[in-house]
Amino acid sequence: MGIYSCIGKNMEEVRDALFQGKSGIILDPERKAFGYRSGLTGLVERPLLKGILDRRARVMLPEQGEFAYMATVEALKNAGIDDDYLDSHEIGIIYGNDSSAKPVMEAIDIIRDKKDTLLVGSGSVFQTMNSTVTMNLSTIFRFKGINYTLSAACASGSHAIGTGYHFIKTGLQDMIVCGGAQEVNIYSMGNFDALSAFSIRESAPATASRPFDRDRDGLVPSGGAATLVLESLESALKRGATILGEIIGYGFSSNGGHISNPTVDGPVRAINMSIKESGLMAKEIDYINAHATSTPVGDAKEAKAIDAVFGEARTPVSSTKSMTGHECWMSGASEIIYSMIMMKDGFIAPNINFENPDEDSAKLNIISKTLEKNIDVFLSNSFGFGGTNSSLIIRKGIK
Amino acid sequence: METAEIIEKINHFMVEEFEVELGTITPQANLRETLQLDSLDYIDLVVVIESNFGFKVKAEDFTGIITFQDFYNYVIAKVGKQ
Repeated sequence: MGIYSCIGKNMEEVRDALFQGKSGIILDPERKAFGYRSGLTGLVERPLLKGILDRRARVMLPEQGEFAYMATVEALKNAGIDDDYLDSHEIGIIYGNDSSAKPVMEAIDIIRDKKDTLLVGSGSVFQTMNSTVTMNLSTIFRFKGINYTLSAACASGSHAIGTGYHFIKTGLQDMIVCGGAQEVNIYSMGNFDALSAFSIRESAPATASRPFDRDRDGLVPSGGAATLVLESLESALKRGATILGEIIGYGFSSNGGHISNPTVDGPVRAINMSIKESGLMAKEIDYINAHATSTPVGDAKEAKAIDAVFGEARTPVSSTKSMTGHECWMSGASEIIYSMIMMKDGFIAPNINFENPDEDSAKLNIISKTLEKNIDVFLSNSFGFGGTNSSLIIRKGIK
Repeated sequence: METAEIIEKINHFMVEEFEVELGTITPQANLRETLQLDSLDYIDLVVVIESNFGFKVKAEDFTGIITFQDFYNYVIAKVGKQ
């Protein structure tokens, strides 16, 4: 696994931030000057890749592609995948991404100004496409297997992992690099800000993202990238890899309703589908990483859905978005990594800023302070615009 | 703009944009081979010329440019006409 986020630029930093309940949210004056209703965002610095990647590779990479590159370098290293392995095996890539606003805006500005498309340069078209992350990473790392981007709004990263899991389960691929990437530049979130979906608690950025809390007032946009290496058991055993976890359930559904208003029924169906596939009972799941983004309606609907499925089990729940903000296209993948870190190190990261429950969240066992606890199995929810839902269940790896 | 200034400017963006060692740039060196230009790189060369000298290069203009000296001569002539 590898991660590049607003709470840390590698696995170790992120582990410490999760344990400490550290927020990565800031107030960005540039957003206010640009016309945003809310200037809150996760702060993710662009990595300096000059001297690391050659000019041709760098010219093709947009911001979220750079984040994804960093996360993937770390993931491949941690998985023990070296250049020889890359060259001698058919490794695939399925990555979640659903926008590339900055290169689009910059290219259009140049064309408007110069009246000549040629002057956007050679990298523009490769940076602007939704598939920019997979086209770039597959080139840089010489991947030779399945190769595409999955766009499913804020469930993109989760569906990418679920789809990769199916490719491996059906024997079509032995190893697939999966993940999610999200840009954080000022162009990327203006139209989302227009929906008044973002928190305006600008006087205290670290407290702005408060999933399930009674006084939540919206989400905080964020970004970065998260990469996981999925592999068949046979392949992992053959090369003596450290098996961190096993995907045992992937559930999906579509609300079949409003484009942005969430439902209870859609998430319930996805959660139940994943539990059914896992062969477990709901009460056997030790931790739920909620999708909960800190919006009034979304969190309430998810709380109802979790309560409907887990009810009496009182399964511990937290939303790591309380610290990271909403990492959108990346979140379904990053939250698997956050949960994997918790499972490995035996703790539940807190749902920070959860001070008072509302009617729905009062029914859940929300963990607001870091809790040292063994986790053998966890479930992670991801939902997106258009009513797309994804639930993944992962069990601790074979020792 | 003086000839020496134009050449210095060209060499500077070659080093900065195309990441070649200044020592590999000589008047008789082959432009394409030295910069390892592929079809995409030519587009970026057009962009840096436009941003540095303010004129647009047509693709066919590159046909007669083999060496750095050819390139210098081409830019010097274009700048002189501005």
